[in-house]
Amino acid sequence: MAQQRSLVVGVSWANFQEERWRRDEAAIKEQLAKMGAQYVSTDAQSSAEKQLNDIDSLIARGVDALIILAWDKDAILPAVQKARAAGIPVVAYDRLIADPYAFYISFDNVEVGRQQARAVYQVRPKGNYVFILGSPTDPNADLLHQGQLEVLQPAINRGDIKVVGKQYTEGWRPEIAQRNMEQILAATRNQVDAVVASNDGTAGGVIAALAAVGLAGKVPVSGQDGDWPALNRVARGLQTVSVWKDARELGRRAAEIAVLLARGTRPDQIPGVQKFRVPGDPRGTVVNAVLLKPIPITRDNLHIVLEAGWITKEALCQGVSGPQAPAACR
Amino acid sequence: MEAMRSLEKGSRREIGFYSQNLFLLLVLGLLWGVFHLLTLGQPGKFLSPQNLWNLSVQTAVVAILVGGMVLVIVARQIDLSVGSLLGFTGMAMALLQAVPPIGEGWPWPLALLVGLALGAGAGLLQGYLIAYLGAPSFIVTMAGLLVFRNAAYLIAQGKTIGPLQDGFLVLGGGLQGSIGPFWSWVVTLLALGYTLGVVWRGRWLRQKHGLSVRPLWMDGLLSLFLVSVFGGFLWVMNSFPHPTTGQGRGIPVPVLVALGVLVFLHWLSQRTRFGRYVYAIGGNPEAALLAGIPVRRVQVLVFGLMGLLAALAGAVQAARLAFVPTGMGTLLELYVIAAAVVGGTSLAGGSGTILGAALGALIMSSLQNGLVLMGVPTEWQNLILGVVLVAAAVWNARFHRRRS
Repeated sequence: MAQQRSLVVGVSWANFQEERWRRDEAAIKEQLAKMGAQYVSTDAQSSAEKQLNDIDSLIARGVDALIILAWDKDAILPAVQKARAAGIPVVAYDRLIADPYAFYISFDNVEVGRQQARAVYQVRPKGNYVFILGSPTDPNADLLHQGQLEVLQPAINRGDIKVVGKQYTEGWRPEIAQRNMEQILAATRNQVDAVVASNDGTAGGVIAALAAVGLAGKVPVSGQDGDWPALNRVARGLQTVSVWKDARELGRRAAEIAVLLARGTRPDQIPGVQKFRVPGDPRGTVVNAVLLKPIPITRDNLHIVLEAGWITKEALCQGVSGPQAPAACR
Repeated sequence: MEAMRSLEKGSRREIGFYSQNLFLLLVLGLLWGVFHLLTLGQPGKFLSPQNLWNLSVQTAVVAILVGGMVLVIVARQIDLSVGSLLGFTGMAMALLQAVPPIGEGWPWPLALLVGLALGAGAGLLQGYLIAYLGAPSFIVTMAGLLVFRNAAYLIAQGKTIGPLQDGFLVLGGGLQGSIGPFWSWVVTLLALGYTLGVVWRGRWLRQKHGLSVRPLWMDGLLSLFLVSVFGGFLWVMNSFPHPTTGQGRGIPVPVLVALGVLVFLHWLSQRTRFGRYVYAIGGNPEAALLAGIPVRRVQVLVFGLMGLLAALAGAVQAARLAFVPTGMGTLLELYVIAAAVVGGTSLAGGSGTILGAALGALIMSSLQNGLVLMGVPTEWQNLILGVVLVAAAVWNARFHRRRS
């Protein structure tokens, strides 16, 4: 009976100083321990060169699988080729790597857009709609808008929904979103019934503009990311939805996939796998991918973010009390 | 003979000052007229109280900064750190006043004071590095741009901080952020009275001392113009109704702050020794030094003033949003510099006026405001803005060449 050597999974982080990755790391560690695998990691500290060296040394250490959060999605390609030559499976974590050898795991941005539109549509199925989109240089902004239109286009075609304003938001900056929303309100003389905003920052700008004309809380607004101030706005009834991506879910699944691949499971046999065409790639690269479903957080399910330890009750429920408060704050 | 010549020179400079600002006013009027025509077909037109009220609030942040930038540029320096410093001080004020698990929960006036002190301190430090240690301002303030932007990120641990306290939000001009019709009347009439007083008292004083005066019709026209500008401003501010009371809103607090800053800086630059020193240093640094002007001290103070204004603008921007994101104020320094240059400030140093820069800021933000009001896509907005900047730069270069 040969003792089976425990697997080692190497994780190459891009910039671990960012607070959010600590949650991901905890989830990855936990899942690996559950599956009897070891965790080693490196941090590229926002340098594409350092990340290449990091991965070299992880390969030299003899890891059985790599999870890579690429700092630069193009500069990382030589490292993926090296891993392939060494027969080490690669999981591209949250950030796409345009190489069919790298297994991609992330949240489904088109689905985020769908959930945003759905939540707003449920509250206001007819009327004048405004789209506050993300940065014009970020491909994700278009994926989100694609999902939003999938839900709303039929109602737009029927004439139930009239699009009275649509602006991209440079650099996703809330100040710009606020100015754009103020201008759309001025142009329509405040005849706006619903706003589909693409993330929580832009939603905050939109709500500040709505508040200045006394419409905050009366016009549904979407968002995403589960920012603390945004969740507080959801609790106060100022924002309709914040689509939330649970980082722990992402970490767990990535660890699981890495171990399965290292044990020899074929990429197209991974549970939940789908083919994903790299957007904007001239060679038409297709990668194996698991795209997780985000959770739309509304005032009815705020307890999810509380129970996940994502936000404290004080921060979530600040300024919210009385019989009108959502269940999570009572 | 000698006196005659100097008098002639003085009045010619005065005419230069007027013609440049007159030109900016013409551009502004033209721009507003064109935008109004282009938005006639939609429910909300450019020259409507709501839009002009919006425009005034949207201009406030840049207007607070641009006067300081004029002094920096006149003194032959540059400050690239203002956008980052605005973000950093705004973040600090947000963290100090937000409720405990997020921030410190201090009362907002204290948070505001500490933020302003931080801004002034950062500005003075940069000024010291530039003036006393001889580091070029481009590099020092670019380092500031990097340091303050990332410091904002670090102190907030990458999070968006908010919500902010209600009292603080008054600075942002939201629902509670304007002074109402009555006080708007009071402020406008006092300001108009003072301005007219300056015009006619100046005339009277010159006459008394036997100096030449402008023709009577010119001062009359100027007075008429001032009355209509102040009246129009008051009418716009009091015509945009508050959604709950239905009364006019009056002047927004951030606009009042911006106007206060601009008037103060105009006075500082035209009527004080400090102001004359700044222009003297910009005109010829060596001559200024030889003339006994404390060049270094003045430079440090100019940067300190800029830092203080960045923090003030940060407070207004934060209050306007009601929360502070980590990237607040990104690229703002470029808009501020551009507004100063559009307003006739020469990047070579030595010349530039607060009034011109204020008009430059208003022109820039009118462009952005009008283009979004028309629903022009982002790419086109920036392209058009770029073209206007080039036109302004070319015109300025010609203007300065003709004068010299």
